[in-house]
Amino acid sequence: MATATLPPVQQLKQPDKGTVGIICLIMAESALFAIFVVAYLFYIGKSLNGPYPKDILEYPIWASICLLSSSATIVMAERALTRHRMGGFKIWWAITILLGAEFLRQTGIEWYRFIHNLHFTVGTNLFGTTFYMLVGLHASHVIVGLIFLLLVFGVTVSGFPIATQERRVKFLSWYWHFVDAVWIVVFTVVYVIGR
Amino acid sequence: MATLDYPLDRPIRRPREWSLSTLFYEWVATVDHKRLGIMYVMSSIVFLVVAGLMATVMRIQLAIPNNHFVAPDTFNRMFTMHGTTMVFLVGMPILAGFANYLVPLMIGTRDMAFPRLNAFGFWIFLFGGLLLYFSYLGGGGLSGAGTAPDVGWFAYSPLTGRAFSRGASTDYWILGILLTGVGSLASAINIIVTTLTMRCPGMTLARMPLFVWMMFLDSYLILVALPPLSACQIMLLADRFLGARFFDTQMGGSAVLWQHFFWFFGHPEVYILIFPGFACVSEIIPVFSRKPIFGRPAMVGAVVAIGFISLGVWAHHMFTVGMTSLSNTFFAASTLIIAIPTGIKLFNWIGTMWGGRIRLATPMLFCLGFLFQFLAAGLTGVMLGVASFDWQLSDSYFVVGHFHFVLVGALLFALFGGMYYWFPKVSGKCLNETLGKWHFWLFAIGFNVTFIPMHFAGFLGMPRRIYTYEAGRGWEIWNLISTIGVPIQIIATALFVANILWTYFKEKEVGDDPWDAWTLEWATTSPPPVYNFEAIPEVRSSRPLWDLKHPEDPDWKYER
Amino acid sequence: MTKRFRRLLALTLSPAILAGLEERRVGNIFQTVATPGDAVRQSAILVLSIAAGIFLVVATVAAYAIFRFRRRPGDDLTEPPQVYGSTQIEIAWTVIPLLIVFVLIGVTARVVAGVQDHPIPKDAIHATVVGHQWWWEIRYPDYGFTTANELHVPVSEKPGETPTVLRLQSMDVIHSFWVPQLAGKTDVIPNRENVMWIDPRETGIYFGNCAEYCGTQHAGMLLKVIVHQKAEFEAWVASQQQVAAEDASAAAGRATFESLACVNCHAIRDTPAQAGHTGRGKFGPDLTHVASRLTLASGVITNTPEHLREWIRDPQVAKPGNFMPAMQLTEQQIKDVAAYLETLK
Repeated sequence: MATATLPPVQQLKQPDKGTVGIICLIMAESALFAIFVVAYLFYIGKSLNGPYPKDILEYPIWASICLLSSSATIVMAERALTRHRMGGFKIWWAITILLGAEFLRQTGIEWYRFIHNLHFTVGTNLFGTTFYMLVGLHASHVIVGLIFLLLVFGVTVSGFPIATQERRVKFLSWYWHFVDAVWIVVFTVVYVIGR
Repeated sequence: MATLDYPLDRPIRRPREWSLSTLFYEWVATVDHKRLGIMYVMSSIVFLVVAGLMATVMRIQLAIPNNHFVAPDTFNRMFTMHGTTMVFLVGMPILAGFANYLVPLMIGTRDMAFPRLNAFGFWIFLFGGLLLYFSYLGGGGLSGAGTAPDVGWFAYSPLTGRAFSRGASTDYWILGILLTGVGSLASAINIIVTTLTMRCPGMTLARMPLFVWMMFLDSYLILVALPPLSACQIMLLADRFLGARFFDTQMGGSAVLWQHFFWFFGHPEVYILIFPGFACVSEIIPVFSRKPIFGRPAMVGAVVAIGFISLGVWAHHMFTVGMTSLSNTFFAASTLIIAIPTGIKLFNWIGTMWGGRIRLATPMLFCLGFLFQFLAAGLTGVMLGVASFDWQLSDSYFVVGHFHFVLVGALLFALFGGMYYWFPKVSGKCLNETLGKWHFWLFAIGFNVTFIPMHFAGFLGMPRRIYTYEAGRGWEIWNLISTIGVPIQIIATALFVANILWTYFKEKEVGDDPWDAWTLEWATTSPPPVYNFEAIPEVRSSRPLWDLKHPEDPDWKYER
Repeated sequence: MTKRFRRLLALTLSPAILAGLEERRVGNIFQTVATPGDAVRQSAILVLSIAAGIFLVVATVAAYAIFRFRRRPGDDLTEPPQVYGSTQIEIAWTVIPLLIVFVLIGVTARVVAGVQDHPIPKDAIHATVVGHQWWWEIRYPDYGFTTANELHVPVSEKPGETPTVLRLQSMDVIHSFWVPQLAGKTDVIPNRENVMWIDPRETGIYFGNCAEYCGTQHAGMLLKVIVHQKAEFEAWVASQQQVAAEDASAAAGRATFESLACVNCHAIRDTPAQAGHTGRGKFGPDLTHVASRLTLASGVITNTPEHLREWIRDPQVAKPGNFMPAMQLTEQQIKDVAAYLETLK
């Protein structure tokens, strides 16, 4: 019929499904964190009783170094994977896991000191409430990230061709970077502004 | 009309086998977006009926002053469950249902981006909804009788704290809504990814049907606005279970903080709920006026504008909490500004009808009901947006009248229109027109009789959420009229349900494209096969079927 | 219904000091009698007229379009001209609403600032209104007494002449103070003090409600503002400042009241039942002059001897869910306690 005169159909360049999906997830998570951050900022200095942040908070320098450098190591792991250097991938991936675990351990030590030694809990005052909930929310994301990192590590050492899943490894590393970025915000809000 | 050059496949209909395993595979294990869409819509209709019956009980209670039809606690639970159900178990799933069914068909693809996530979203929503209703049985915990939540759908703290809400009823509210929130988030992400990555060749964003545009922006709003609700519900949960102090005013906590957080979700939520209404109307009015939508770029721009401005208006629910005059003025201004894109949409719909050839079939009738009632709802919204007027109107029956005009008069009318319009898509049969017209007129009359008087009761100082009132306050007549409208609405809704059943079992099939429509969902069979399209269609304009039917004057000549 | 209403009316008007005060039961927000309410009303009428005008114009155009362009039987089935839009028209219907919105924003800003940023006069009468689940505690810090559920203020012949400043606090959850004929509502929020003011220019008894859902008996949290002539207001203050009446004939009831758990929640000033440090006597309304009030149970029932006895027998009948338990008193005790409370004029 009139087909001959039809203009050509525009071929679309559409983004990858997973890319858009993970960006959406990170957006939603950011909105979640934003509310906890706002609550923290709102309640700074509003506690009716001690202990106050300046009394007990210490800069978690070592923990922060661990977590932030794990962002670098996961990039190294990814690079190794794209170049099909499986040995390098496994080593960098394991270091990432260890760094993440060390961060959690440091958080655990801090919380043990607060809860066990100082009897400073989530119900002590507004500082306790907002501190544990914000830091805890972040730590729970580190845990989720670690579980997935371990999963990837586990299937890799048991012989699964992880190179076929490069895309998904990339999304996991994005999530991990996001968790790191949130830590920068949490660190700034809790340990710098809030003190 | 030219013959379609899309390959229409006609799957052979096998006789249905009614066995448990086919039922399981068809309805439980399915990841088909159309099935899930139907399941979303059906479950929200069930919740709609349940919450409607609660509203009926409340209207009976309020028909006369000093009534003892139900006890105060029963009434308080009912308005809480009514509101919560209508927002989270009717409005949210029905939008997910419409979007699930139609978005892939409209953009010419075979399924959603993440079909299993889609199924997960539905089931987690249903579980959350049932958990909320389980509170009637188990809300008191093992120790006591069941109690449903009685804190109102926005659950202001500190009324929701352990000290003022004992038992487990509020926990059911939190957990049930958290779960349905996860479901909504899953389907929102799915819709966004689907529209951004799976459009058929030629379907640029500019050519996407308005329905898809609005569902896309709706999903974006869900993505941004729903996590704050989850966040403040997690805080409340921590308060109730871990002894945290977020909303503990005795420990210096703020009662107003909850309101800020809740309404930061809550106002965008209103737009989340109404966008699907806009979406249906924007598809139906053009087809039944036989004209393309008037000012298409402006329509998209208006929704984008609403989507962004709506994130900055939340505190207009809080004009009475004692904010500074500057904040009150700011939020009044942002609220009033939203009236402009809303007005543009309304004018464009009227512009679409102007010069058309309007077919007054049932879907169109509902859309026209939508137009007038949405106009009224928008204008009462402007009144509420004027901060000083709001000091009188806030939390009065005027507000109740206003948001029912938005959610029933506008949204539900549009959705009814949508159901009449797309029912032939889903079943291959057109809903009966006679019953449909009765449904429309009875519902329109019943709706207006019920909800117009509420505005006047509000002018006379009647606060919302009261289970009874004393005589002589000037509210009796308005409440009585309001209650009289209820049975009319019930009859209308019953006619609708009867119509669905009658049509499904008794009516004849009407073909694939009974409305002579222009968007891609009508390019396949009705009902569509599991894989939607045998060959993925290609489009050259925003009305691909118009181009096919009018090769002498196709849209692509005029569109960029 | 009407019979009951008339009886109610007759009973409510009985106390001497309130004689001649007209009951304003209908809280019509368009019949305001105080400056803040008036300011809101004027802006409201303007907004209403604009909204009504827009509705009429747009609805007429829409209805005309539907009628004029409807498909008629016998129409040919050709498609109408396909129009995609019109930049000029669209700009017009963007700019016109924009102008209207700017007007509305200006009006709002003016009224909001006018009411909220109004300086509080130095010689104003101060009252602290404390919201409880489900009643109002009303303190007059300058006069040194506390009452409940009925806010008494003097009339202002000229606007702002003898205004009353209300400091709103809450003991538990969020409530909202709303007497529509006087002013818009202001929320009563725990851990936060909101301030509002009223200067009613007509005497009378103005009815209001708690306007924020606050639990089971939200509906039973009624409110009255009683606007007196100035001299009457001063007389009322003087009578409230007096110590609780001592009437030997009510000794039995008084003994019962003071020996039972009544005093845990209710205070009677300058008697052994006065409020204590640990919160004793602060949970329920102050009863020092309970007999002078129009109503019981925060406005749910009128203050008659019969109602008082029924209330003491089982408060859950008239106001189910409220925090006063049935004290399981004997009939004699009920009669005595009621008789004692009735002496507390």
